[in-house]
Amino acid sequence: MPLLTVDELTVTFGGRGRKDVRAVNGVSFTVDQGQVVGLVGESGCGKSVTSLALMGLLPAKGVTLGGRADFDGTDLLTLSPRRMRDMRGRDLAMIFQDPLSSLNPVVPVGVQVTEILQRHRGLKGEAARKEAAHLLDRVGIPDPNRRLKEFPHQLSGGMRQRALIAMAVACAPRLLIADEPTTALDVTIQAQILELLKELVDQEGTALLMITHDLGVVAGLCDQVNVLYAGKVVESAARRELFAHPTHPYTHGLLGSIPRLDAPRGEPLHPIRGSINDQIAWADGCAFAPRCDRYEMDCLTGTPALTEPRAAGHQARCVNPVLATTEVPA
Amino acid sequence: MLRLVVRRLLQLIPTLLGLSVLLFLWLNRLPGGPASAILGERATEADVARINRTLGLDQPVYVQYGRFLKRLFNLDLGTSVQTGQPVWDEFVLRFPATVELSIAAMIIATVVGIPLGYLAARKRGGWIDVASVSGSLVGICIPVFFLALLLKGVFAVELGIFPSFGRQSTGLDATDVTGFAVLDGLLTGEFDASWDAIMHLVLPAVALASIPLAVIVRMTRASVLEVLGEDYVRTAESKGLERRVVRGRHILRNAMLPVVTAVGLLTGSLLSGAVLTESVFSFGGIGSFIRTAIEARDYPVLVGFILFIAMVYVLINLLVDLLYSVIDPRVRVH
Amino acid sequence: MGLISTNTSKIDRLAELTAATEHSTGASLWREALRRLRASKMAVIGAVIIGLFVIVAIIGPWVAPYGPIEQTWRGEVFPNQGKFVGARAENWFGLDQLGRDLFSRFLVGARQTLLVGVVSMLIGLVVGAVIGAVSGAAATLGGRSGQRVDSFVMRVTDIMLALPSLLLAVSIAAVMGQSLTTVMIAVGVVQVPIFARLLRGSMLAQGRSDYVLAARSLGIRKRRIVLTQIMPNSLSPVIVQATLSLATAIIEAAALSYLGLGNPDPAVPEWGVMLSSAQRFFDNAPMMSVYPAVGIIITALGFTLLGEAMREALDPKLRG
Repeated sequence: MPLLTVDELTVTFGGRGRKDVRAVNGVSFTVDQGQVVGLVGESGCGKSVTSLALMGLLPAKGVTLGGRADFDGTDLLTLSPRRMRDMRGRDLAMIFQDPLSSLNPVVPVGVQVTEILQRHRGLKGEAARKEAAHLLDRVGIPDPNRRLKEFPHQLSGGMRQRALIAMAVACAPRLLIADEPTTALDVTIQAQILELLKELVDQEGTALLMITHDLGVVAGLCDQVNVLYAGKVVESAARRELFAHPTHPYTHGLLGSIPRLDAPRGEPLHPIRGSINDQIAWADGCAFAPRCDRYEMDCLTGTPALTEPRAAGHQARCVNPVLATTEVPA
Repeated sequence: MLRLVVRRLLQLIPTLLGLSVLLFLWLNRLPGGPASAILGERATEADVARINRTLGLDQPVYVQYGRFLKRLFNLDLGTSVQTGQPVWDEFVLRFPATVELSIAAMIIATVVGIPLGYLAARKRGGWIDVASVSGSLVGICIPVFFLALLLKGVFAVELGIFPSFGRQSTGLDATDVTGFAVLDGLLTGEFDASWDAIMHLVLPAVALASIPLAVIVRMTRASVLEVLGEDYVRTAESKGLERRVVRGRHILRNAMLPVVTAVGLLTGSLLSGAVLTESVFSFGGIGSFIRTAIEARDYPVLVGFILFIAMVYVLINLLVDLLYSVIDPRVRVH
Repeated sequence: MGLISTNTSKIDRLAELTAATEHSTGASLWREALRRLRASKMAVIGAVIIGLFVIVAIIGPWVAPYGPIEQTWRGEVFPNQGKFVGARAENWFGLDQLGRDLFSRFLVGARQTLLVGVVSMLIGLVVGAVIGAVSGAAATLGGRSGQRVDSFVMRVTDIMLALPSLLLAVSIAAVMGQSLTTVMIAVGVVQVPIFARLLRGSMLAQGRSDYVLAARSLGIRKRRIVLTQIMPNSLSPVIVQATLSLATAIIEAAALSYLGLGNPDPAVPEWGVMLSSAQRFFDNAPMMSVYPAVGIIITALGFTLLGEAMREALDPKLRG
């Protein structure tokens, strides 16, 4: 049985006088115990909103949730705020994109680590401080005792993200959600942070939901990949299968827009035209159709279903999928 | 820390010097000059000449300014035209009343304003928000002296809940130790005297608090709203921390930074307001004194008061800066 | 043939569906601000109040039923005995202590009040903006002399800000004597450092922004950047402050009147003066104070509401 089963999750933003906006439009995926699952897509595709919905961090007002998110037998979406508060940080934890703005600037790093130990593990005083130092050491922050007394602005970017990771793993959660954890960092630091995450989940058997727009991150880390477009999963497959045989034209396009060293000189890139703003409502057809080279009249009649046109366990939401391997752009 | 204090104190010097130049020029520009300010408008020419000589006004301007500065340095602010007493002594006598009133007003403004601003931000668009935002807009728009009159008319004259003037009831024989009526009562054990003083403080303090209260509510609300959108609040929530901890450590500690600055800046307007409220309630502090000084064209008192207020203002802002560097670690580094 | 027709209908259908979810883009900052201003309840209420006030200020003297200084009912009012005349059919607001019609004085007074507010705001705005622009331009154009000019100007505004506004106004009034002009200048001068600081701060912030860096890297001269890029983009907080200042100016003018520095000429009633002369009779005839006070409060509220709504509409952080 999977640890987390997200079933037809919808998130709608609305409120006084404004038109409702559906940011997540029926997303389904699963995360197994100890598995690393990628949620991939452009900015605006609903991946971050999905993670916030799972953590119960969306505002109560003006947001309507639909569907189910079953975490080890409890539905995260209908949990009382109080019980959700008990689970957050203990059973599921999250790492955010910008480490500087994600740390409280006026509170020492040490307090920001110990407060979660005190909350969920009942550690106090010296015991909490020791454990915090141990945690910082574990995420690779040198001289942890000194760093505990310092403020976030005194740490380097990489160290800040390490500190945030230390907080997230402090209570050995079963699911860790990482929302673009390396986007705001230098490339050299990015690799270190990914390495650290990999190491931690391997050691602890923690499941990791990796939210990213970066296919490189996916290639290096994820077991299973879900590609999101306009608030829906459009393709889902194991990592190797997905990279070898991208079946949805969108995934195909994503892979085709990455510059490759082994491509012949002068070979043009294949960017996807338009932007995520050029879309049609899923109810009318495939939201990707306006940007798709392969769209047909059939694409514009209702939501395409998830099918397995290529192999078992490799799902794609497309009427006219890319099937021949020769069509993978060089 | 010490270096910061010294540097800020040194920065005071040009400000105060500049101010003294302005005041000196101002005194010389007064209709008829200082002589008629002292003698009144019906002075004879001979009298004016005599005063000018004794004041050294027949000497070059820079000599006059030097003497003016020297007198200021010795806290010699001249003699009040109204009372004939040294201006400095008059201030010392009346200072406690105004300080007491200002502190009371600031307590009301912060104790009511900060929680109200916080609640308004948390329940944005709710009735508390709408009420406190519109209330603070109206609060800014009511002339302070009219609010004082209104409060006095309703709660003192009509309903008789509070006394309508003064700092103490006339029949009361309270011991004077520090000049701060509430404190004196506590020190000497005359609790009824303290209570009496507090009752006298309520209406003027409420009137005086109206503008700082309105500003603090709005500042706090805006600041909390901004902090609520910050990533670190989301991080704190993602850790599942108790509401109390998120509120105190993560929201308020950050949201209070601009409010602290605002409180410092508000002291200036507080002293302006004191001139108006004190005179409505005949409170007997510096404010009332200034009001009569304005009517009586008691220029030495006005000059002294302006210098005095500028000093208080600058010192309070120095304190705020220091406080700021204590609560915001990012400032400490510079 | 068939292929082409399916192709065109395919494109038509796509265009039709895309249009349904098309996002509105490309509205300029000012147009967007205006749109949000119209949608704001605060702005609408504020604008209506200001509109009414301006209308009264313009037509007041013509529609006032009586002259503002005619002591027609002199024999009916005895302030010493506490005998006043309240609202009645021929005097809607009642009479003042000299037997003059309060309603007429109120209508006529609106014009003076508006005049005081506008003129003192303009004094503060013009002088303050010039000082702020000089200081901001000097700081942005850089150079050691620029820095010096800037820090000197800021020292001076520091001194002015250190004085409680009322005291500053009183000192000015003391030099200039008691008149309407005095009140306007005194209240205006108080606003000068506020406008100066605001424009300078805003210019410095713009000067540090990326688009200015971009313009400089294109080789555009600094002077030109200050005039064509920095200045126009720095003005919005100044405009907001100008609206808010109209409110403070009217309130401060009333306070000056209360301190006995208002316009002594009874022929031109002004709400602040009316209020301060009425407050002496507050215990016996409170309504006499209430009419001008409510006039001041509501007018000030109108300007404050509009100003605050403008601030919100122009704040890029709140846009979305």
